[in-house]
Amino acid sequence: MYTQGLDQSDTRTPGPEEEAQLVQAFQARIDAEEKIEPRDWMPDAYRRTLVRQISQHAHSEIVGMLPEGNWITRAPSLKRKAILLAKVQDEAGHGLYLYSAAETLGTSRQQMVDQLLSGKAKYSSIFNYPTLNWADIGAIGWLVDGAAIMNQIPLCRCSYGPYSRAMVRVCKEESFHQRQGYEIMTVMARGTDAQRRMAQDALERWWWPSLMMFGPSDSDSAHTAQSMRWKIKRFTNDELRQKFVDVTVPQGHFLGLEFPDPELKLDEQTGHWNFGPIDWSEFKQVLEGNGPCNAERMRARQTAHQEGAWVRQALLAHAEKHEDIR
Amino acid sequence: MTERELPLWEVFIRSRTGLNHRHVGSLHAADAAMAMQNARDLYCRRQEGVSIWVVESGLIHASDPSDKESLFDPAEDKIYRHPTFYDVPDGVENI
Repeated sequence: MYTQGLDQSDTRTPGPEEEAQLVQAFQARIDAEEKIEPRDWMPDAYRRTLVRQISQHAHSEIVGMLPEGNWITRAPSLKRKAILLAKVQDEAGHGLYLYSAAETLGTSRQQMVDQLLSGKAKYSSIFNYPTLNWADIGAIGWLVDGAAIMNQIPLCRCSYGPYSRAMVRVCKEESFHQRQGYEIMTVMARGTDAQRRMAQDALERWWWPSLMMFGPSDSDSAHTAQSMRWKIKRFTNDELRQKFVDVTVPQGHFLGLEFPDPELKLDEQTGHWNFGPIDWSEFKQVLEGNGPCNAERMRARQTAHQEGAWVRQALLAHAEKHEDIR
Repeated sequence: MTERELPLWEVFIRSRTGLNHRHVGSLHAADAAMAMQNARDLYCRRQEGVSIWVVESGLIHASDPSDKESLFDPAEDKIYRHPTFYDVPDGVENI
């Protein structure tokens, strides 16, 4: 999105003294809340950090279609099916906005896709959990999209122009995702005993993985400090996690649901909900590829890519054949 | 075999009649027809527009950021190009 080099690019390499000046001028622009645009000079590390973060974000949107896609054919009504289709289509769109934003930094979409398919690139750990029943679709919209929105809203103010513009678009579309999830939970929580049990069970399974979505604790987060200096990140992982807990717990209580955390307690003084320790060994296991669905997700993406190869080839062949009528 | 990537296109949308087409993003497509179809699916899922332009990214010529000063600074000291530069005596109206 917002075009890369177009017809030219800045290819000269500055000497060490000039580089130091450029770095200083760059940080001054960031400090002044100016946006950085694709063809502006930027430190290599800034570029690398953004490519890593934006492509991971894009991969998460794409892989994130799989757990929900699982329920499109089994949605309980035509209305729910239409909504879920629209939501999954949005996730595909979000992935594409983000790949485009990353491409402005000089990495091709094909490179990024190759990195995902070879397992070199990561995606959000949450999508390695299975969607066992319909209540999971409610829990994903409410909790997973809720956590994603909490992460994404500050990214609308990210210092890199194309990323921030993509995020504005994503956030606008994402709020329906969270609401439809909460609506599913509301209907089930107010339904039959069996439906209420399903809603409770889904909350119990998705709560802790949703909290892990914000990433490691600040004390263990390798990139946070630099990303905050560059204004790629505006809040730390722990700050965002706490915000999420504070807004979500009352929403769950409203539905009469119980969170699977005996230590969850409102601190009257701070107004924050205190919560129990997160099982980081589980997070690490899932990131390392040992979650319940890692292998299945990768296999699904690889198969889709391989089986689509002939379509891509045919499209190019067709375009070449008809070049004259373009 | 390394695959050839589908070319990159820039997408411009007129959100309603009376407004300019505005750049909204980019996408990959093999040809103009596919670019148009993809632009509709990707950027118009919520009635965002009434008209779409697509153009191959490689066909756009962009100014070089390092020419910013020479291109844009000369306008900085020409404040007489703005109406607020001029004093109009009190009592004079409709100017």
